[in-house]
Formats: sequence, structure tokens, C-alpha cells
Amino acid sequence: MFANRFITFFLCMAFAPTAILCGCNSAPKVNEAEVSLKLRAIQTRSYDTTNTNNALRVAMATLQDLGFVIDNADADLGTVSATKLDSAATKMTITVRMRGKTQILVRANAQYRLLAVTDPIFYQQFFTAYSKSLFLEAHEVDPAAPGL
Amino acid sequence: MAHLSFFKHIASIGLVCALAGLIGCASNTVPPDALLMKEPTTEIRQRQARRYATTDEKQVIIAAAQLLQDLGFNVDNSEKDLGLLVVSKDRSAVDGGQVAGQIAVAVIFGVRVPVDKEQKIRASVVTSLSADHKAIDVRVTFQRIVWDDRGQLSKLERLDDPEMYQDFYIKLSKALFLEAQEVG
Repeated sequence: MFANRFITFFLCMAFAPTAILCGCNSAPKVNEAEVSLKLRAIQTRSYDTTNTNNALRVAMATLQDLGFVIDNADADLGTVSATKLDSAATKMTITVRMRGKTQILVRANAQYRLLAVTDPIFYQQFFTAYSKSLFLEAHEVDPAAPGL
Repeated sequence: MAHLSFFKHIASIGLVCALAGLIGCASNTVPPDALLMKEPTTEIRQRQARRYATTDEKQVIIAAAQLLQDLGFNVDNSEKDLGLLVVSKDRSAVDGGQVAGQIAVAVIFGVRVPVDKEQKIRASVVTSLSADHKAIDVRVTFQRIVWDDRGQLSKLERLDDPEMYQDFYIKLSKALFLEAQEVG
């Protein structure tokens, strides 16, 4: 009886680390999902303004509100990058570009530790805070629309 | 009876492996509240931001850069058109109390626990024209990354000490010859 229990315990101890590694083994890969139109739509909103400089400044203010420290920004290229250090590092990049003559497109993408963030709720939370600071309503974008 | 015992073994192993697999998975998920504002934004903003009665944004950025240089920071990045300054400094993170604790643990338990060794302090200063276009708002945020004496990351944190922010703005006000006003 004792021998049986010992064998069970031994096998559990032998397999558990393998199982933990299997659980961990979901390393991010550059796959179709990451560059899909669906993900692009999740990460993008359009706004009825043409002031890209203000949109970038509001992006920096929003990121600061959310606890990020700004790493980098470029007014000409329309990019802002920031990092939040909590229990782990979250990195975000915001890009702002013109869409036609009356709108801008704002795209956010994030990584948490070594993982690309694909959860729509994460981006919804960002754009809710961003829209409040911009005093403008966000429009969801059609992933099939030209120019997106 | 022997069959029953065999299935018990398999079930136990399966249960342990499933739990272990879940533990492995759990460390790879993004917490759902990672972007939620955890404390009132106005409170953080009041601590981190001040308003100066000038419209010369460039002058404010230059004064902030000089002040941060005085404080030992190096400028990593700047973007005048967006009112951004990014700085950092590397310093020792050795804490006497922590080292004493390490020695005590080593003496009592015979094991060596890691202690903090180095830290990188990062800050970004963002300036913007106030809504009434009569003043410049300045907001600074600090964070630090700490490594222990084994070279492992030991802390990733935002620095929230109100005194640190007060001290920064007292010095910036002196550099600008302007009085800082709180931003609501």
C-alpha cells in the first residue's frame, strides 16, 4: 500500500514539471492571427478631427493617466510608445494618421510581458479613456475598409 | 482490485498534471484589469502635474531638462513638437537593512537570499498648453526597475512618493522663476 502511494507520488513529481512547461509553452508566434484584419479593427478607432498633434498629445496624457511612462514620441511619424511597470511590464504604441480629409485613425497595440495583447476589452478600455480626454467620440472601423 | 489501484494512480497523475498545466498557463495571461484606472485620475494628476503661467513651452522643456541633469539624469529622448522629455539614471539599489537581513537569514537558516543591487530610474516629462491657452501644464512620471545581486529583476514599479514630485516642482519653479499651480 505504501509502495503504491510512493509510486503515485513519484510519477506525479516526474510529470508535473513537464505539464507546467507545456502550460508555459504558448510562446507568441508571428502567425496570421496577429496581423489579421480582425485584430487591426480591434486596435483601431477613427475620430472626426484632423489635428494629429493634439491626438498624439492626448495619447500621451491618457497613457500617463493609465500609469505609463512615455518612452518615445515622434510628431512627424505620429507615434507614441510607453511602458507601464506594475507587477510586470506592459508596453504600448499608439500611432495616429490621417484618414481622408476629415478624420484620423488611431491605432494602439500592446504587449504584456512577452505576449501580444489581443483581448478586445483591453483596447476598449484604452479607447474609452482616450476618447474622454480627446472630447470626441470614437468610431469603430470596418476592417475591410480601404486604407485601414 | 489491482485494476482499481492502477486507475487511482492514473487519475492522481492526471489531476496533478492538469493543475500543473493550469499554473503554467496562468502565468501567460494578461490580467483583465491591466488598463483599468485603479485610483482616481484627478488624485494622480494633482500629484504629478503643475501649471505655470507662461506660454513658452520650449523654455519649460529646457528648464526641466536642466533640472533633471542637475538630479543626475541623462536625456534619452525628446520631442519638442509634442512637449516630451524622457530621462533615466542608473544607481545602486543596495539597502543596508536588506543586507543585514540577508546576513541574518544566512546565519539562521544557512541559505543566501538575493538582495537588491542596481536600479534604473526612468522619468518622462510631458508639457501641454492649458485649455485656456494661457499656461503650460507639466506632468512628470517616475518609475524604476531593480535588479538583485544575481542579475535577476526584483522590482518593477511606478514611483508614487508625493515628496519626490513636490521636490521636483519646487526646483522647476525656481528654475523658471514662476510659481507652480496645482492642476485639478
